[in-house]
This record gives sequence, structure tokens and C-alpha cells, in this order.
Amino acid sequence: MPGMYTEKVMDHFKNPRNMGEIPDADGLGTAGNPVCGDKMFIYIKIEADKIKDIKFKTFGCGAAVATSSMVTELAKGKGVIEAAHISKKDVAEALGGLPAIKMHCSNLAADALKVAIYEWLNKDQKAKARFKALYDELVPIIADIRAKEARGEDHGDGEGDACET
Amino acid sequence: MGKTVYLDYSAGMPTDKRVVEVMLPYFSHEFGNPSSLHAYGGPARTAVETAREQVAKLVGAPDLKYIIFTSGATESNNLAIKGLARKRADKGKHIITSMAEHMSILNVCKALEKEGFKVTYLPIDKEAFVSVKAVEEAIKDDTILVTLGYANGEVGTIQDIKAIGEICQKKKVAFHVDAVPAAGRIPIDVKAEHIDLMTISSNDLYGPKGVGALYVGKGMDIVPLFDGGGQERKFRSGTENVPGIVGMGKAAELAMAEMGAEAKRLMALRDRLIDMVLKAIPASHLNGSRTKRLPQNANMRFSYIEGEALILNLDMVDVCTSTSSACTSKTLEPSHVLRAMGISHEEAHSALLINLGRLTRDEDIDVMIKVLPEIVKRLREMSPLTPKGLYKD
Repeated sequence: MPGMYTEKVMDHFKNPRNMGEIPDADGLGTAGNPVCGDKMFIYIKIEADKIKDIKFKTFGCGAAVATSSMVTELAKGKGVIEAAHISKKDVAEALGGLPAIKMHCSNLAADALKVAIYEWLNKDQKAKARFKALYDELVPIIADIRAKEARGEDHGDGEGDACET
Repeated sequence: MGKTVYLDYSAGMPTDKRVVEVMLPYFSHEFGNPSSLHAYGGPARTAVETAREQVAKLVGAPDLKYIIFTSGATESNNLAIKGLARKRADKGKHIITSMAEHMSILNVCKALEKEGFKVTYLPIDKEAFVSVKAVEEAIKDDTILVTLGYANGEVGTIQDIKAIGEICQKKKVAFHVDAVPAAGRIPIDVKAEHIDLMTISSNDLYGPKGVGALYVGKGMDIVPLFDGGGQERKFRSGTENVPGIVGMGKAAELAMAEMGAEAKRLMALRDRLIDMVLKAIPASHLNGSRTKRLPQNANMRFSYIEGEALILNLDMVDVCTSTSSACTSKTLEPSHVLRAMGISHEEAHSALLINLGRLTRDEDIDVMIKVLPEIVKRLREMSPLTPKGLYKD
């Protein structure tokens, strides 16, 4: 196992940043499917259209924990538009790279953050109006994330490759 | 850094020092080829035959000639299954195995399906037992082979091999058994258990890696995998790996001499570990049978956490274990064994494989009992799946 991950991944795995819950979160985003061995919860608190606070909870492997931790670090203090555009590649690069097999299956924290922002926009109609372009952009992305998870759900027979989204 | 606690004996085992010692001369001055007729051939030939006898005794083979040396268990399984199937293809094309076998059985069966053979993959029950009745019912007129593990390498469940062997004998179907995790750990008698072909690994007996054996019983004919010089009763061409074979022989001899006491010792350690862990950790479960279980095996799962995260945390405190979570495999699928036992995908991801061995001591178990509950709790605090109130505090 050691040697498979970069030092940075191991650092975030050993000392996860911003682990926990925000009870009165403005948005809660989930991604992944425990069937595939990964499930992330990202909680955000928004103030002045910025990510004022962010926390995560994750069920998953070393890469799943490290990417969750890293995405909270990357997003904290950023404007919502910028935060919504943090990509999986950004997260992986910030961690000094991920093993190829983990790139897709365990690198879902950026998705969870997008979902959290989308949920916030759904709850706050004024914000939704302010960020209409972002909201419209997120709609198909979120639909895609959910569709991939659903394929994971259908994955109960031990066959196929739905976890390799 | 403290002393490393190694509890991953199914992944790799040290070669016993006593084994290394007897191997050494065969790398240097006793370098002869067993087939040579001159002065160097004799000692090599004698050494190989001594090893053959040592392995034969371990498994109750009626004659040493029934032991064939190979490069390891994967080759032995390939040789047994493909060899038998190809030999008897004109008599029938049906093979029976289970869903929970080692990949060197399952993938060999898949390869044979491409050659036109039909394979029945029997289910296992929630403790990983293959039903004897199901084997009997699956045997048809064109069945030529039943191939099963003596015990499941992942969850340690020991099958009722004798009962299955009796059925195979009665129905005149060849019976191949993969005894890799069981040989040298529990008594095996190929004759009494009606086993026709049996795979044994050297490394799993604390012998060197890169050598194994196949018991090819009386009247069994198989098509070799390799064409060549016709060594090993023509079943396995290639110059014998003399140092490896000598080492495997010694390892078999030691395993046989020490089996009873060692099994008792490991069972006590294993049971203490299982009892303490199940008591200390809520929502923890033993995978496999509690009673019909290999002495060295403890496979447990801890709901709401993922296996790789668990083994990484254990590695951080110098405890070496394995997981069958998808996240460490190339297939991204959790253990096919746990899935076949009816354990959900999610739960199958949370399994921890612990295998004790010859160098495991009380102190190692003490360390595990101390660190594991804390690590599981920490990971559960991080997991969104953990129900509120799982821990009282």
C-alpha cells in the first residue's frame, strides 16, 4: 500500500482537513455509492457568495479520504463559481497525482462539492437568481452524477463495470 | 518505529531457516541435474526423491511417485484442471466448481469454457460451505471433474472434502482439491478422502516461493501443459528446480511434525483475537465458519468503513494485514467470496483479512486488540454511513 500513494495523499489521509459535519449547512452534497466502496458527504456554509465553511464525511479508501480533504482545502474561502469549477483533475494534481485506477472511482469529492452548491441554489431562490448561469450549467452535470450512481446501484450482481464510471 | 506486527501470512510467508539451510548446498556444489547419469546426477536425484517422499507423507499419498513438482500452486491448478479436462474431453465436457474458489481455479474454468467445456459454479452458503448434496445433484452423465478448495483461503471455511470425495468416487468423476491454505495446517489424507488430484504450495508450508506440487493419484492421466523432456512422469517437463524442491520437501516434513501443536497454538491466538475484537467493536462480524475454520484464519468485517482505509491505518502503526475490498484490486469488485456468501457489496468492502503464522506471538495479538478498536472508531467518525449512537459516548 505505501508507495502506491504520494506523500501528499498520505498526509491528507492521515491528517484529514475539515473532517466533520455542519449541522446547519446551507448545502449538503453527496457523491459516490457505497456499493462501489465510496460515499462522500460535503457540507457547505455560504457567506457573501463565498464558501465560508466546508466539512466532509467519507466512507472509502485512502484516495477517497484524501480527495475529500483536499477539495475542502481548495474550496474554502473561494467564491461559489470558482468552487463549483474545481475539477477532479485539480484535486488529483493538488495531491501530486493519484493511481490510475483511483482516478475515477475514488475521486468524487469535486462532484460532491458541485452537488452541495447546487443544493444551496435550490434552497435559496435569491441566490439561484443571482447565479442563474451557474445553476443552468450545474443541472446536466448533477443529472450525470446521479445517473452514474444509479448505475452503481444496479450493480448488485457482481458483474459488469458500473463502478468504473 | 516499533516492531512490525505481521498478520498477512496468506499473502506471503517467510521461508523457515531450517528449510533455507537444507537448500543451500543445491545452489552450489550439489548443482547436478537429476537426469544425469554421472556423479553429479545421483545426489540431485536422491534429494528430489527424498523431497517427493516428504510431500507424499504430508498428504497421505500411497506412493511417492504420485507427487509431481511444479512451479507453484497456480501451475498445479492449471495442470490438474486443464490436464484432466483435455484428457477426458471425449468422455464428457462438464466440470463442477464453486463460485468462491481461488482465481487460479475460476479463471482456468473460464478458459476451458472457451474450449467448449461447460462449468457449473455452485453457490456457497453464508459461512462459505459448499453443499455436499448440491455437488451430488450437479453431477451429470457428462461430468468429468469436480474441482474445489479444501478450505477457503479468504474466509478459512473447511469443506467436507471426504463426503464430496465419496460421491465423486461413486459417480466415477475425478476430484481435484486445491489444498494450498490447508496443507500442513490440518491433517489431509488423499486416500481416505478420495482425492484424485491435489494442489500444494511450497510457500504456504514456509518453503521457498516458486515451487509447488500436484498429487496425481492412481489411474489419473492428464495432458501436460508443457511439451519437453518428459520429466516428472511426463506430466511436467523442464529441469527440476532442485533447491526449491528440496526446500519444499523439508518444509513439508517440518509442517507434518509440528502441525498438531502449531494448529493448537494458532487456534488459541486466533480465538482470543476474534473474541476480543467482536466484543470491543460494535457492528463487527466474523466472516466464515466459527468452528470449521483454518487455524490461522481470522476474517472480520466492520460495518460503515472501507477495508483499504483500515489497512492503511493499521500500516501506520506497523500492523500488516490485507483487505478484499475492491479498492485494492484491479477489478474494483469486492471479494467474490464474500459476495457469494450473501454479504452486501457495501459490507464486503469492510472486510479485514488476518492470517496468523509461525512467527505470530501473544504480543502481536495484544497489539492488534489494542489498536484495531481505536482505528475502526476513528474511521467511523469519518464515515457518513455510521449511524448516530453506535458508540455510547
